[in-house]
Amino acid sequence: MLRKLCVIAAAAALVAAPLPSLAQGKKDSVVMGMTLEPPGLDPTNAAAAAIAEVTLYNVYETLTKINEDGSVSPLLAESWRASADLKTYTFKLRKGVKFHNGEPFDSAAVKFSFDRAAAPTSTNKDKSLYQAFASVTAPDPETVVVALKYSEPNLPFLLGQASGSIVEPKSAPTDATQPVGTGPYTLGSWAKGSSITLVKWPDYRNAAAIKLAKVTIRFIGDPAAQVAALLSGDVDAFPRVGAARSLAQFKADPRFSVLIGGSKAKTIVGINERKKPLDDVRVRRAILAAIDRKAMIDGAVDGFGTPIGSFYTPGSVGYVDTTGINPYDPELAKKLLAEAGVKTPLELSLRLPPPAYARQGGEILAAQLAKVGIIAKIENVEWAQWLSQVFTGPHNYDLTIVSHVEPFDLVKLTEPDYYLGYKSEAFNALYQQIMATPDEAGRAKLLGDAQRMLATDAVAGFLFQPQWITIASKKLKGVWKEVPQFENDFSAWSWE
Amino acid sequence: MSVFFLRRILTLVATLVAASLIIFLVLDALPGNAAQMLMGADASPDAVRALTVKLGLDQPLAVRYLLWLKGMAVGDLGNSYVYGTPVAGLIAERLVLTIPLAIMSMLITVVLALAAGIYTAANHNKLGDVGVMSLTQVGIALPNFWFAILLILLFSVKLQLLSAGGFAGWDDGIWPGIRSLLLPSISLAVVQAAILARVTRSAVLEVLREDFVRTARAKGLGKREVLWRHVLRNAMIPVMTVMGLQFANLLAGTIVIENVFYLPGLGRLIFQSIANRDLIVVRNCVMLLAAMVVIVNFVVDVLYAFIDPRIKVANL
Repeated sequence: MLRKLCVIAAAAALVAAPLPSLAQGKKDSVVMGMTLEPPGLDPTNAAAAAIAEVTLYNVYETLTKINEDGSVSPLLAESWRASADLKTYTFKLRKGVKFHNGEPFDSAAVKFSFDRAAAPTSTNKDKSLYQAFASVTAPDPETVVVALKYSEPNLPFLLGQASGSIVEPKSAPTDATQPVGTGPYTLGSWAKGSSITLVKWPDYRNAAAIKLAKVTIRFIGDPAAQVAALLSGDVDAFPRVGAARSLAQFKADPRFSVLIGGSKAKTIVGINERKKPLDDVRVRRAILAAIDRKAMIDGAVDGFGTPIGSFYTPGSVGYVDTTGINPYDPELAKKLLAEAGVKTPLELSLRLPPPAYARQGGEILAAQLAKVGIIAKIENVEWAQWLSQVFTGPHNYDLTIVSHVEPFDLVKLTEPDYYLGYKSEAFNALYQQIMATPDEAGRAKLLGDAQRMLATDAVAGFLFQPQWITIASKKLKGVWKEVPQFENDFSAWSWE
Repeated sequence: MSVFFLRRILTLVATLVAASLIIFLVLDALPGNAAQMLMGADASPDAVRALTVKLGLDQPLAVRYLLWLKGMAVGDLGNSYVYGTPVAGLIAERLVLTIPLAIMSMLITVVLALAAGIYTAANHNKLGDVGVMSLTQVGIALPNFWFAILLILLFSVKLQLLSAGGFAGWDDGIWPGIRSLLLPSISLAVVQAAILARVTRSAVLEVLREDFVRTARAKGLGKREVLWRHVLRNAMIPVMTVMGLQFANLLAGTIVIENVFYLPGLGRLIFQSIANRDLIVVRNCVMLLAAMVVIVNFVVDVLYAFIDPRIKVANL
């Protein structure tokens, strides 16, 4: 009776007024769903990927633009030239560009943005990159010269990330709440915890090409709610949606297109090489031999992953398949443990951060390790705890599972304080050589060597490259399938 | 009466100061720091240090506590570490949703529960009583998020009558706001109503056994009149107590439903802020909730006195 009453009450209430059209109807606006809400809207001042997902190429622009396939094309810079040693880059800037507040965009703004990112008080995520700039000079309003302390072949790519957004000097301090950029959209409104609305900026240099006048971004964290929001038509598109288990339903529904794309992320089993007996490469190789990547991908991410054998992703320059170096072989694992003189059962801690891939993957890892005589004691921790105890600080863990989303982060493995604790002079030398090699073919070959070295040293339990699922209304065009970085380029979106 | 109020207010302030100290210390003991959390795993360590200084997290514990107390006294709760905007504004934005949601659920709860409770008590041990009471058993056993998903499937996905979630706000008038809170408040109310109905039923039954009820019947009053005029008023004390608890619970304990309907309510603000180590928001929210619980209890006390004047006399 209670439930019947509820239904009657709800139905009665519904009769009273017609439903306002939500997502559908108007063809110059879109409602997009997003899992996390950004903490502020200044991507040069805070690290959250959610900031880039809202602002990059929409509100702010960068010198270069990273495309869907990972290639780099001009944006605020019309062209650029690198010196032979890849230490000096000269950028020619686009003319006649203005910021939202009417200030002109020129080389002074670029210099300001880069210097600000390198300043001692800077909280830019990629501060170390900007601190590696020996100088940023602006010989004339349309030219910027960046001189680096070391060779950086990936600079055009790195400057296309959200942390390289060009900001306007006067408005920069308040960008987190009132963003000012050069992009096609400005912030309309922000209902904290609920939604952000971006509106088209009429004075954009190429305003006629921008089809959507309004983009509403709704924050929906719960996977079941994400699915319901798509099915009910509340949102038109949901990039990186948590719908792996409802995929069949969406594929069968003619209203939706389902896009599955690769990423530059690497999901790994972190192994603390500072601890005994994990400092012994045989023990680490035993752990890798105990891991069945296929079962891991099925269980941790519902099959949405590509196996990887090293700290590098398929599709990147110089990728080689290294999954064969540490194949699944429980017998070999037992033998390696015996060789290393490890008494089984060996007890290791396994500290897992909150995402489902880690928590579910952790269960599978523990089960797989148990078969070779390693008892992994699972301990679930929050992100804050994981960051302060596993990733930084005391590095208090034996094993963990985490996904590294940064592209081109081999450099991390040369850092002595990195949480994995990998120390190899040979790898550091190889990395320096890669960075100093100007031609791409030569670099690709060396990158292959680096991947093999990391696999042979069993630096971590390399598991898979996650794939991201994007579900969008079939009539919505221009939504990216591949995910070279977390962003949504609304300038390319349009209704059919 | 004024002495009574003064004493109550002094106790209230003392309770709140004690609560603030406990809240501050407990939150400070949490592992993990806001700056690292905000900057993420791949940030430069130098950038993390710069942010720690900017947020004032490098200052000693006692200084930070006293600054907070001072801020509360002058009405400045500080800025959120995550959003960079005033905490007071953030909380106010959430209360615009949380308070109407709590009130709507409470109204539905009270209407359903009193109807069911009185009906079953009046028809004690008859078929209707057994039927409704077994339904309340189901209601208590129902996880409200599951019931919420059923409602979404029916009204949003199947019939496409109501949106599957989100909050329309109050800018376009009262109706869109109420409509977006309809399914959430029903989901919340079902469990609460089931509990309250059982409390109401047993309270009414207990009063029905009292001597004065027999006397009233003996002097010739009708069954219905006895129930409405004498029994209900006496049965309201335990019902009010439970209602007060439920209302306090609805103000903060709706996080699961807020997640299902992606509503930006107070519960979710607290949850997100804990995960982000945005402790300045957490401690102010928890403080607010502590204050609200104290106030709700106070209001319930006053209502007792209204229902049963003897309580007022006893308090004096």
